[in-house]
Amino acid sequence: MERNQLHRQVANMRKSLFDQGFLDEQFIQLEELQDDANPNFVEEVVTLYYRDSTRLILNIEQALEKSPLDFTKLDSLMHQFKGSSSSIGAKKVKLECTQFKEYCKAANGEGCKRTFQQVKKEYGTLKKKIEVYFQVDGRRWLGGVAISGGIALRQWRRINIRRDGTGKGASSRSGVDWTGGIEVVRI
Amino acid sequence: MKLGGEQMSMASSSVSLKSGDGLADVFPAGLRVLVVDDDPTCLMILEKMLRNCLYEVTKCNRAEVALLLLRENKNGFDIVISDVHMPDMDGFKLLEHIGLEMDLPVIMMSADDSKNVVMKGVTHGACDYLIKPVRIEALRNIWQHVVRKRKHEWKDFEQSGSVEDGERQQKPPEDADYSSSANEGNWRSAKRRKDEEDEVEDRDDTSSLKKPRVVWSVELHQQFVAAVNQLGIDKAVPKKILELMNVPGLTRENVASHLQKYRLYLRRLSGSGHQGGLNNSFMGNPEAAFGSLNGLDLQALAAAGQLPAHSLATLQAATLGRSTNKSAISMPLADQRNVFSFETPKLRFGDGQQQQLNNSAKQVNLLHGIPTNMDSKQLANLHQSGQPFAGMNMQVNSHGGQSSSILMPMGQPPSRSQIVNESNGNQVSRLLSSAGQPMLSNGIGGGILTRSGVVDNVRGAAYHPVSQGSSMVDFSLSHSADLPYNSFPLGNNSGMSILTSKGVLHQEEANMEMKGSRGLVPSYDIFNELHQPKSQDWGLQNVGLTFDISQQANIHGTLDVPQSVLVQQGYSSSQKTMLNRNSSIGKTMFSAGEESGHLNTSNIGQQLHSFMADNSQRVKTETHTDATGQNGLYSEQFGQDDIISALFKQQEDIRQAENEFGFDGYHLDNLPA
Repeated sequence: MERNQLHRQVANMRKSLFDQGFLDEQFIQLEELQDDANPNFVEEVVTLYYRDSTRLILNIEQALEKSPLDFTKLDSLMHQFKGSSSSIGAKKVKLECTQFKEYCKAANGEGCKRTFQQVKKEYGTLKKKIEVYFQVDGRRWLGGVAISGGIALRQWRRINIRRDGTGKGASSRSGVDWTGGIEVVRI
Repeated sequence: MKLGGEQMSMASSSVSLKSGDGLADVFPAGLRVLVVDDDPTCLMILEKMLRNCLYEVTKCNRAEVALLLLRENKNGFDIVISDVHMPDMDGFKLLEHIGLEMDLPVIMMSADDSKNVVMKGVTHGACDYLIKPVRIEALRNIWQHVVRKRKHEWKDFEQSGSVEDGERQQKPPEDADYSSSANEGNWRSAKRRKDEEDEVEDRDDTSSLKKPRVVWSVELHQQFVAAVNQLGIDKAVPKKILELMNVPGLTRENVASHLQKYRLYLRRLSGSGHQGGLNNSFMGNPEAAFGSLNGLDLQALAAAGQLPAHSLATLQAATLGRSTNKSAISMPLADQRNVFSFETPKLRFGDGQQQQLNNSAKQVNLLHGIPTNMDSKQLANLHQSGQPFAGMNMQVNSHGGQSSSILMPMGQPPSRSQIVNESNGNQVSRLLSSAGQPMLSNGIGGGILTRSGVVDNVRGAAYHPVSQGSSMVDFSLSHSADLPYNSFPLGNNSGMSILTSKGVLHQEEANMEMKGSRGLVPSYDIFNELHQPKSQDWGLQNVGLTFDISQQANIHGTLDVPQSVLVQQGYSSSQKTMLNRNSSIGKTMFSAGEESGHLNTSNIGQQLHSFMADNSQRVKTETHTDATGQNGLYSEQFGQDDIISALFKQQEDIRQAENEFGFDGYHLDNLPA
């Protein structure tokens, strides 16, 4: 029962990520790439994305502090970020990046700064949501299948979950709307 | 799971293709892909996708490193996928280097889908342009670029085993390098070149070394390009470039050889463009390509042939202005398609040629797919030439003379006159083509030089193969169209002109390098073993002659020679022969476009116009005929070394004009439309 419930929960979370426009079909591409050789491929890619993009975000932030804005550089930096974001299917982030680049072309400093805040917001929002998704998804495996064999405990997150004692207990609590699941999971 | 299933299907499809080509059953699997992207996320995803496609993946996050990898292991990769925006080196620069140094298909990718960037990729020679995020579906098909490229390279030779595929790929690049260097030598100073080229020749044997001492780093190449651009591509002389670059340790020869490569590269690009244009009009091709580009029908382009895309890219790159602007037109696509169909024919021809090689005369015909008459004449001429001079004349006559005294002048007057007399009609048409070819050949130049040079040429050819093939087709088409208009009775079978043009191209190359004569000999042999001695004489004569003359002579001879060369080359490597054929073809294409220009030198404008406009063509043809009719003119032409040089310049100019101005092309396009 719990297993089915988790399954449903994960499916709903995933669906809402798409329905709300956080992710696009590129994310599905990543999911399809996941196989026995790389069972956690999607998560690894997203983790890499967030690790690498903090550098880009920082660079853009610094570039935006320059008094005469170098729009060429800003556009270039944002282009990199946009490339990364689009490759993991971060739809909303990508859209904001596109907007940012538009402002760069128009040499609209205010627009750039304002849009950059949006970029960071979407970037952060997606991060939270997708992390929860991965956690729940991982727990699904933990509680449902893998826990018995311990084979699926490849991920630190899963291990953490068990250490936190959130294994089975949390599964019932996480039955809440996934948006509120953040707190639940992180208890 | 799904992926697996799809892959399987892909593999099977590829297998079928390969089976046709003698490739391995698992073909797509194991394709060696080099992925270059500074974005680790993209790189990781691409790597996984490519692996899921069963490709052998090497990833690299820096363009400089990628270039080093490619240089260290020239034969280690089948295809390169590169991001456009990279901090250390622009993806286009990498693309340019790969195009210059190794003839690998390169796929560009970027999140930037703006038309001008995509266009830039194409003009720089990218065989495809993927918009990020890249989907695995797109990657599953990239092997076709490898097949397409190889197809043109091998075609005729041996459709031999898949095992050789790798080798083939390897060889072509090297060949190209060689040829380029050889070409350089031909033009400016064969002697100097030879001295320096000795190294190159050594390389030929091993076919391993491309660059002797100087490593053309990105920065160095940029300096070089800047200097060339400053001087103008047609006026760029190694010495001046060297002065402008002002790089300690760099020698004139280094610059010369690099310039040769660069010109080859540009020609390749423009050549492909010409091919398309030839079908309808000179300009037509560029437009077509552009059109496709605009439409983003990269695949279509690819289908047409990698060359088109490359050519387009090159066209733009080369001149830059060329890009022309030619908005995408529906016409182009059609042209390309036509080309395609032609290509296959060409391939067939090539095969036939190979077989024919055994029978020189027949082979020639087959290759050209054109009137055997020309070939027979040429062959006859060659044979007749028992004497070196005679041979020269004969060749010249058949090709140069035919093509129109213009070429002939360059070569040997006497023979020309004879030739003219014998085959004025046919020759005229041929001459035109040949004339154009010389121009091309100049650019192409040197590929044929010596036998070894031939190999080099082959390589060059390999680079151009695809374009050439298409060009061949185009040529015939264009010619046929033109012919009707042309007063030339020959009308000469467009095929005729095509053949001649091809031969011319080779000849030119051969001539350029002096080595050409050698190449000729082989070719002769191919045709008739008896001729070998003659051919040798040829070489000697050619040598003695000024470059121009030799070029002319070679040009004439080249028609036959190329084919023969191919055959001979086949000995060394069937692939090479294939390449040569291709190269010659491609050259012809060029020449066709240029031909008008060359002939026009005096009548360049006219010819071009003729192509452009039917009416004008008629006029031009008339002029051509007149020229041919005038034997005396030939002698004058000979004297006109300047003319030759002028022709070359004109050729270049013409090319530029075509590309940049779209001058010819536009006209043509308009007219056809």
